Amino acid sequence: MPSYVITEKCDGCKGQDKTACMYACPNDLMMLDKETMKATNLDASACWECLCCVKACPQQAMDLRGYADFVPLGGSVVPLRGSDSIMWTVKFRNGMTKRFKFPIRTTEEGSAVPDGGYPITTDIDDVELSTEPASALDHPVWTFKK
Amino acid sequence: MPMNFETVEVTTDLLIIGGGMGSCGAAVEAAHWGKKHGLKVTLVDKASMPRSGAVGMGLSAINQYLGVAEGLNTVEDYIKYVKHDLMGVARDDLVANIARHVDSSVHLFEKWGLPLWKDENGAYVHEGRWQLMISGESYKVIVAEAAKNAIGDENIYERIFITEPLIENGKCVGAVGFSVRENKFYVFKAKAVMCAMGGTVGVFKPKSTGEGAGRSWYPPFSTGSSAYFTLKAGAEMTCQEVRFVPIRFKDAYGPVGAWFLLFKSRATNALGENYMETRVGELDNWGKYGSVRPIPANLRNYLGLLDIKEGKGPLFMRTEEAIANLAKKYEGEPKAFKKKMKELENEAWEDFLDMTISQALLWASTNVEPEAKSSEIAATEPYFISSHSGSSGAWVSGPEDLSGGTDYFWGYANMTTVPGLFAAGDATGACPHKFSSGTHAEGRIAGKAAMKYILDNNTQVEPNPEVIAKMKETIFQPLALFEEHKNFSTDENVNPNYILPKQFMYRLQKLMDEYVGGVSSNFSFNKASLDKAAELFVFLKEDAEKLAARDLYELLRVWENKHRLWQAEAHLKAVAFREETRWPGYYFRTDFPNLKEEDWLCFVNMTWNPTNNEWSLFKRPILDLFGIE
Repeated sequence: MPSYVITEKCDGCKGQDKTACMYACPNDLMMLDKETMKATNLDASACWECLCCVKACPQQAMDLRGYADFVPLGGSVVPLRGSDSIMWTVKFRNGMTKRFKFPIRTTEEGSAVPDGGYPITTDIDDVELSTEPASALDHPVWTFKK
Repeated sequence: MPMNFETVEVTTDLLIIGGGMGSCGAAVEAAHWGKKHGLKVTLVDKASMPRSGAVGMGLSAINQYLGVAEGLNTVEDYIKYVKHDLMGVARDDLVANIARHVDSSVHLFEKWGLPLWKDENGAYVHEGRWQLMISGESYKVIVAEAAKNAIGDENIYERIFITEPLIENGKCVGAVGFSVRENKFYVFKAKAVMCAMGGTVGVFKPKSTGEGAGRSWYPPFSTGSSAYFTLKAGAEMTCQEVRFVPIRFKDAYGPVGAWFLLFKSRATNALGENYMETRVGELDNWGKYGSVRPIPANLRNYLGLLDIKEGKGPLFMRTEEAIANLAKKYEGEPKAFKKKMKELENEAWEDFLDMTISQALLWASTNVEPEAKSSEIAATEPYFISSHSGSSGAWVSGPEDLSGGTDYFWGYANMTTVPGLFAAGDATGACPHKFSSGTHAEGRIAGKAAMKYILDNNTQVEPNPEVIAKMKETIFQPLALFEEHKNFSTDENVNPNYILPKQFMYRLQKLMDEYVGGVSSNFSFNKASLDKAAELFVFLKEDAEKLAARDLYELLRVWENKHRLWQAEAHLKAVAFREETRWPGYYFRTDFPNLKEEDWLCFVNMTWNPTNNEWSLFKRPILDLFGIE
């Protein structure tokens, strides 16, 4: 079942208007059972294994079990996503473990300024897009000289 | 389920449909001009923006960066590369327009917080000539954040699936769709509409037979909505025959770019032969494209496929050899050697963990350490995209300064042949190799042009309420059909009165796979098999009216399949029309096995006519605008 929910750990994101996994899944696969307050991945064969749900789960109640039709059991790949980096724990079937840490962003979450701080000097009729030529490192935008 | 659906109306100036890279580019650009000129921008996404679209999982590289300001490449260089790779079939103006703005998008990404790899001098680390290495787990999160900050949360509608365009007197005036979470029907009215709803996955039977079907190379949630929306609007389409078949690590479809380009790996067959060397003579059969470098992607595919056909598979990416070669110069210096090996191990794993986590899990589950052991590569099933070497999409206008005065220009950059309907990303054809960065740049181009169009045509055309009422009924009809017949049989999956979307998809995939050159027919077909496909397609299309849904989730799947169906039909018609073989590594016509430059060095375009339900296919000449062969 690609991504799956650990029954014991899932609390249905109590007190929130939607669960983190339901918000995250780009394929609309996560569904909350309002009676049991547990989420489920509705269709393993439509899951891309993008792990957006796993990374978003505040209870770490989600994990990945590889596609049963070609992935042997026993391995695992577990993310722990922070505000500026992600840690991965990769466990091999033979028990070997590798850990990796990669940066994910260089700025504060939420801080992206649409124009990137580049000055805007163009008009709607110009070939340049709003932040150009500054965002093109002040290089003039190419055109074909006939 | 309850069958009452509230109608929600939203009126805006520019409606952006889709939440991926193209839409995010359009949002940041259009928002600026909107603020300046007092126009409203609204975005609607079938998922949630931080993770929607093909970049949602993340990426380990940006595949289009020219480095024009740094003097690394020119726009002309890129046009040449793209045209050669597509065997001569691409639009000079569209490729150039994206190429001249793409560096700007990449610089914006960096400002927004995307970590790009830098060398000791502070320059970007290139994977290849056009590719930059990134730590891109949050690539989409960051790009979506800028778009959200630009247009504001209040103008973003998530979890709404757009099904149909609204057309009045030939002009696109909005779109309708439904919420996948609530009983709501949405009507968006707009002065211009931008379509950027991605490519199409799931038209052909996948290689995996069970759960692994979810592990498509492109995302399973790219379901043909762009092709459907533009076709139904009456827009002219192009390159619908140009499917894309990537070679990837087998089964989990991990990326091969870093291995081939950054790590300089070779691929060899079961006998240890490099098919790029042993079959080099075959390239002479493919005109001038066989002699260009880099060798076009489809020809590289083809050489590998010939090995497989002759029983010389499996093919292996020689990861262990590549890593050994890279570490060789540190031999004799144990400390430096160990450090280099650790660095390469990190890079290799990040490549997968950033963008294809399944492949990392497959390696772990099969005890593969790339420095010790080769991994298999293979061709995937075919996809419809307008990036990499895929090229299908709507036929759009170029920008005036590049194609004004030619048949490539009709007023506004990236406007389709339907007034008021713009497109970007996988929705536009004949401008491949745009990847994530070029798609964002193209979105910015289209976003600006659409705002200009609105300023020039600043009237809200009211859509016909009767048409909208009919669309509402049609959208929810699969739910009504299920309710009407569900008690007829004891198993709701097997009922002669309707077909559920999953089985419908399997039927489409089997048809396309067996008769239109999927994996099981070795990507080959001929007129007889296409005729058979066309015959079965008529039944399939009729039965699409019998698609049923048990709930909103399944209703989403129903409409995704209705959309897929149109991409499939457009492809079937285009490959039947083009009587030659031009991209042998993507598909092979056994009845026309050769390249025919004199007859077919042209675009194959088509339209579907909404008034009489007829398709027409025709050739369009390829213009040489800049003297680039």
